[in-house]
Parts: sequence; structure tokens; C-alpha cells
Amino acid sequence: MKNINVNFNLNGEDISIDCEPAKTLLDLIRDDLGLKGIKRGCEIGECGACTVIMNGEAVASCMVLAPQTEGANIITVEGLTSDDSLHPIQTAFIKKGAVQCGFCTPGMILSAKVLLDNNPAPTRKEIRIAIAGNVCRCTGYKQIVDAIEYAAELMK
Amino acid sequence: MPVATPKKVKKDSNIRVDAQRKVSGKAKFIEDVEYKNILHGATIRSPVTHGRIRGFKNRDEIKNMPGVKAVITADEIPGDNIVPFVKEDYPCLAEKEVKFYGQAVALVAAETPEEAKAAAETAELIIDEYPGIYDSIESMTPDAVYVGGDDNVHSYFKIRKGNIDEGFKGADVIVERVYNSGHQVHCYLENQGMIAEPIQNGAISVKGSMQCPFYVHNALVKVLGFKYSKVRVVQADTGGGFGGKEDMPSIVAAHAALLANKTGMPVSLIYDREEDFHTMSKRHPSRTRIKYGATTEGKLVACEAEYIVNGGAFCTLSPIVAWRGIIHITGPYEIENIKADSYAMATNTVPCGAFRGFGQPQVNFANEILIDELAEKLNMDPVELRKKNLLKPGSKTATNQVVGSSCGMAETLDKTLDKIKFKEHKGNDKGPVKKGMGISTVFYGVGLGAEGKYFAKAGAQVHIKEDGTVFVAIGNVEMGQGAETVFNRICADTLGCSYDMVEILEPDTTRVPDSGPTVASRATLVGGNAVKDAALKVRDSLFKAAAQKMGVKPFDIKIKDGKYISDEGEIDYVDVVDLAYLSRERVAAQGWYKVENVSFDEKTGLGDAYPVYSYSTNACEVEVDTETGVVKVNRLVAAHDVGKTIHPPSAEGQIQGGAAQAIGYALYENLVLEEGKIVNPSLSGYTIPTTMDLCDVEPILVESAYDEGPFGAKGLGEPPMVGPAAAILNAIHDATGIWFRKIPCLPEDIVKELNKDINKEPKELK
Ligand code: FES
Ligand code: FES
Repeated sequence: MKNINVNFNLNGEDISIDCEPAKTLLDLIRDDLGLKGIKRGCEIGECGACTVIMNGEAVASCMVLAPQTEGANIITVEGLTSDDSLHPIQTAFIKKGAVQCGFCTPGMILSAKVLLDNNPAPTRKEIRIAIAGNVCRCTGYKQIVDAIEYAAELMK
Repeated sequence: MPVATPKKVKKDSNIRVDAQRKVSGKAKFIEDVEYKNILHGATIRSPVTHGRIRGFKNRDEIKNMPGVKAVITADEIPGDNIVPFVKEDYPCLAEKEVKFYGQAVALVAAETPEEAKAAAETAELIIDEYPGIYDSIESMTPDAVYVGGDDNVHSYFKIRKGNIDEGFKGADVIVERVYNSGHQVHCYLENQGMIAEPIQNGAISVKGSMQCPFYVHNALVKVLGFKYSKVRVVQADTGGGFGGKEDMPSIVAAHAALLANKTGMPVSLIYDREEDFHTMSKRHPSRTRIKYGATTEGKLVACEAEYIVNGGAFCTLSPIVAWRGIIHITGPYEIENIKADSYAMATNTVPCGAFRGFGQPQVNFANEILIDELAEKLNMDPVELRKKNLLKPGSKTATNQVVGSSCGMAETLDKTLDKIKFKEHKGNDKGPVKKGMGISTVFYGVGLGAEGKYFAKAGAQVHIKEDGTVFVAIGNVEMGQGAETVFNRICADTLGCSYDMVEILEPDTTRVPDSGPTVASRATLVGGNAVKDAALKVRDSLFKAAAQKMGVKPFDIKIKDGKYISDEGEIDYVDVVDLAYLSRERVAAQGWYKVENVSFDEKTGLGDAYPVYSYSTNACEVEVDTETGVVKVNRLVAAHDVGKTIHPPSAEGQIQGGAAQAIGYALYENLVLEEGKIVNPSLSGYTIPTTMDLCDVEPILVESAYDEGPFGAKGLGEPPMVGPAAAILNAIHDATGIWFRKIPCLPEDIVKELNKDINKEPKELK
């Protein structure tokens, strides 16, 4: 298949890249652009480990094909802060014990960011709904919900 | 946009040492590690559940496919074609016979993952199909097809204590029931994966997702025919294990290593979700028949039980699972007369192995419902009935082991009941939604116990650098449960340095002697004690150096708040290290710990099965929608006696996470097999709980110190998974008046039973 050229903004940087049209955004980011923060858990949109923020929405990057990214604004966990410091959501995840194996964590944090960008003071129920597409097998979610609640406070 | 960004998280004792790298996306899971010129492996698998391999039709065609560098079949294995587990029955690649759908038959390596996958999918094996057997009970019948083991029995254990016939004769009330449970899938979020790489001097190094680097090391030695010193195994960040990465990584690693050995290049073998579902181990499905006899006053006098698990095609860890099951099958009660038998049966299904709880969730679910059923028959409160029989210090377990002083059983029960307000729950559920409450009690043998005592040991190395920072090399791994943090705390607290000075190195089999597996909640007890042993040895040097400076004897020195103190003065830890370096004292040491005093007599099934037990009580409130059958767990209180807690947030995390898996086990997780083949191998086909399915678990930590444990700790990885299922089903009974004796207990099961009831006698549910 002939390669296509796609252009998008990733973590504040303009990207122009040639790739096969059937390539997923997940593969594009991990394999071609070398950012390994997003994870491959199922590749069929069921786990949320590959979550990125695309045009302000949390999406499963394994379900997005390269051509759909044309002109998009994409954020991964690497783009949460511009230097070595942590985003308040990351701080909150650490403080509240929301991290166990850590495989779901980058995606979970990005879903949380989209929620807090749109709703700075969510209820626990709203938090649960916002991360319902992100599966975590380790934590049972309670400490993750605690962390997002706490992050909202930190970001006030 | 980030606001008020703190530069760094303030060091605080509650913070896990691995959290920073994980929230920033910098943790290196195996797929995140970059290698140059790496090949990609894929596995050619059996398309049938049972059959004889006649040949490989298009091997040459596959070899010539684009990008393909190697194809390997069983005849090319340089060492033995065996992946060693408890028994040696599991071939690395099937040679003559395949015994389950998806069993590995051949391997390919190619330049890209797509090319490797295409080659594996094109492969055509010639196989004569045999009839298969899929059910463990069927597997026991005399004319069953032979699958494996001894007449299809992978393992058998028994317990004979007291006189069972006399025991039941003395009983006023007897209840006997059968309980069934299905497969449970680990669903660690990161699938299995390994990268093998040829390194200097003809050795092979393997890195990947795993719980037991030493198992993998042993497997590579066997399969490659290498010396131990020609193999190195390193654990990468591991995205969840729960037992599923205890034994299975040995297979994945052996396959990757065979390909790397043949091609002379690094080879990555990473499973996708579907492949992982079909071929990796599961929790054993079970059938438990259990019978309690009690006096009218509620004293348990006899228990007879039979525990049959479906072990699948190969034995793997079935014996240890069946053994843990039988040791705990009679429940956390003192009972004088016991007869129990456990069988792990061979079938043509995916091999079952270790999964958090190790055979115990199945039996706990059975005995803890039966005790409620007995209470109903005795017309007694189930709490009262438990209280009359629960283990306490000095009482004897099913194997005649005397319970030690670290036993918080009664306390966990009282605290749980108190918190959930068990007495006050009867309420106003007039509509179709009925509320109910249930409890369950658990005792849990910590570690591998007598059946796994060969593994009950661990090593560690502690090495202080010039500036006082410390390297700790360990043999037990972090897989999300917080082990790194626990080891960090134990080392820092022993030496008197701050937590941020201690670095835990990635587990590497060339650094530390075989430390057994990281399973059965043993990392804290066994690995922690090894770290402590090493740290104490180095601390002797520090005491010596400090004593010399202060002109006192080493034993006159105490450590407080990072200072070495005697009557003559005090010196900061960092300065003591300086002194030790100046006087050339030893600043590195190996630590070792082995578990003593476990025993098990195979004839009677009696002995001191485990070094110590931990205890827990779960209580929950559920809501059952009697129209749809949907059950919601509104509250779950879980009290755990874990000895002393070393890192409270990790302890809470284990309880929350374990309970979540248990709720899934009880209500949602339904693996469907048709003719031995899994038909729902995905996270949408097999649903695990999301945020919308769970409530916040309310944990209670009861601390009854255990002298042998590092700082009094016992271990907490597995117990949270054991008890909740029975509590939930007891609560469903409380709500509906119906005993459900199968898990998962699905909405359709509930609706069916409720309708049956209504058809029988159209009475209003209570
Ligand atoms: S990898 Fe994309 S949702 Fe699972
Ligand atoms: S922390 Fe392991 S999957 Fe969420």
C-alpha cells in the first residue's frame, strides 16, 4: 500500500510523517515517533491503556487510523508538562497510592485530565464515569478516584 | 494547562518508590525497551484440542516468506523439550501430540511483527484429531480418554484427622452441598512478553514481564542445554501478574531464547490479548463437595470434603493449588474429625495454574456459604455459629497445626461487623430491588508452605556507596504489589538512612541466588527478611566504625532519626558511612532467609503446613434487582490481620484491588469454553469490573505482630481475593432467600432461580 503523509501536532510539536494509511495512531506514536508512554493492552479499543488526548477528547489511540489525525492536536503523557516537573494529576496519583503496576496509569491520567479540563470540581460519580473506559486490574479504582478528586483540589 | 506545578513530590513516607517513573510514562515495560536490529517472534499453535501431529505441511514455504529468518520445531531444541514446573510433562514445543487448543507447536522469527504473524498464520500443521475430554468429572470416569498424569490425575492429596464416622455420629445436624466455580482469567493489563538476546561468551540474556526470574532461569538452562552461568534473566517493569506470570513466562522466555539462539539476534516475543487468553494459565474451575456436622449448640464436630479442580492439559502448578485448597477447605474453624481429598484432573483445556489465592478462593466460597446454610438449619445467627468455632491462638487447624499468637481472627470479625452495622441492616426494600448482607471469614497460610518448601528461601544484597546511598539487589519482584517500596523501607529502617537513599535494583538472576517465586504473599516475609539480614550485616560495620570514633562498644550504639547514638555522642548516618569507608570496613553483604518448621505428612495430611497464617473477614451489602437479576455490591468492608503493616497505602491498595478481582470473580467474570475452546477471548467478551461495577472497599487493618516477620509483617498479596465471593453470595441469599452455589453468579442465573421459586409457590419474597 502506498504511504501517505500526515501532519498533526504532538505535545506541542508539529509533526509531518509518512506512513501506511492503515497504521494506528498507537503504532505511529510508539513505533515511529518513539514515545512509549502510551501502552498496548488489547488493540481493539477495550482497555484504555493506549488513551491519548486528541482535540481535547480522550480517545483510544488503537482505534484511530493515521489519516484521521490530519491537523489534530494530540497530547500523550509525555506532553503533560514541558520540563521534568510533574502535572498535579501525576502528583495526586503518587500521593494517593493510585499506582500499582502502572500499566494503566498513563491512559488513566489523560482521561482524568480531559475530565478536569471540562469539569474542575467533579463528584466521585462523575470521576467514575469519566474513567469507565480505562480498565485497571490492580487497584480496584478507589485510590484512583481519590487521586483525581485530590488533583481537582490541587488545580483549583 | 498545569497550574502550581510542584517541582518534585516531597519525600513522604507514604510514597511508593516506583510511582514517579510510572506516572510520567517512563517506566520500562518490556515492549518499551528498545533494541537495535531486533527480530520478532510468533508462535504456531495447535488448531485442535487433542490430536497427533503428523507433520508440518508448508514449512519450506513459510521459511521463504518475506522477512522470515527462522522456523523452529521441537526436533531442533538443543536441550530437553521440557518446561520444568512441578512435574516435567509440559513440552516446550509439542512434538507428537497436542493436548489443548493453542498449544505451541513451532516458532518463527521475522524482521517485523507483521511478517512473523503472517508466517505463523500461513502455517499448516497436519494433525489427526483425537476425541477430547474437557470436564474434570468426566476425566475421572474409568473409560475417559487419557490426557495426562496418573489416570488423568495430575495430583492428589488427602487429610485424615480424628475419626470421621464417629464425628458425624456425634453430630445433631449435618449439611452437605456441592459448589462449583468457573475459570478466572488474570487479565493483567500488560500481556505476556519477553525479549531474548545473545550476549558475550555464548550466553543468552532474557528480559521481560515476570514474577519468578529463577523459574525462567531454570527453564532456559533446561531447554537450551546451557550451563547455569550462561543464562541471565532480568525482570522488566511488569504490568500485573496475580500468579499468571509465575510459571507461564518460562514458556514465553524459552520460545524467545530458542529463536535468539538460532538466529544469533535479539528476538522479541510479545503476545496479543487473544493469544494470551487462549494459551496462558487460568484459575482452576472447581467442584467442591463439602459436609459439616454440628451439635445443636453449634459446635462443629466433623467435616468431610472433596475438592476437584480442572487442571487442564498439563500439570504446571496444579499440585500446589490443590494442596493449598485442601489445607484450607474446612474453613477457619477448629474441627476435630476431618476427611478431605483433593484432585487436580487432566483435561484437554488450557492448563490452569497460579492465580492470587491459589486454590483457596474456590474452597472458601464453598465452606463459607455452607457455614451459613448450616446456621440456617440450626436456626442460629451465622456470626454466632462462626464465633463458636473460629480459630484462636492455641487451637488446632485441619492439619493439627497449633495456631500461634499472631492471630487476629476474632478481631477482624468484630471490627468488620461493627463497621458495616451488621445487626441493623434489615430494611425497607419493598420494591423489586432487595437488599441483603453477608459475611465470610478467612484464614490464609502465608507463603508456599510445606508443599513448596524447597522454594521457601530468598537472597538479597545490600551495598552502601561512598555518599551513603544504597543499592539493594533482590530476588523477589515488584509487579504492582509494592514490593520495591517494602524492601526500600526495610533496608532504610534497618540502616537508619532516609528512604530516598535506597535504590532497589531490577531483579537479575546473576546478582542474587535463587530466591524462589514472588507469589503467595511471600515477598514481604521471605524477601523482606533477606533484605533485613543483609542490611544488618552491613550495619555491623557501621556500628563498628561509629563505636571506634566515639570510643564505645558497638552494642552501645542505637539508631534514632538517622543518627547513630551512644552515651558519648551522636553521628549522622552519612558520616558513619564515611568513617566506615575510611577504616575500610565491609560495606556490602549478601542476606539470606529460609523458612523453617514446615512439615506435611502425605499419608495423614497432617503437619505444620505454613509458617504462619493471616486472617480476614469480609462483610458486604448487596442490592439484587429481582426483575433483571443484576446484583450491585453497595458496600464491602474487609478487615485483614496482616501482622504489622510496613507500607499502609500499598496494603490498602492490595485490599482494594484484591476485592475488586473477587467481586469480578463472584459476579461478572465468565470464561466460556465450547468443546474445550475459549469462545470469548477478549476484554469485552470476558468482562472484568470497570469503575462503574465497583464500590469503594472499606479496609480495616488489624495488626497482630508476627515475630518472625520483618518488623512483624506477614504479607497481604492474596488474602483480599479469597473471602469476598462467599460474602456476596451469602448477601444475595439474605436478599432473595435463595442459596446460589455457583460462581460467577450471573443475572440470568438469578432470574432463573427466582422464577423457579415463583412458579413453585407464588409467595412474596421476604
Ligand atoms: S490498547 Fe487501545 S484500548 Fe486497549
Ligand atoms: S495499576 Fe495495574 S492496571 Fe492499573
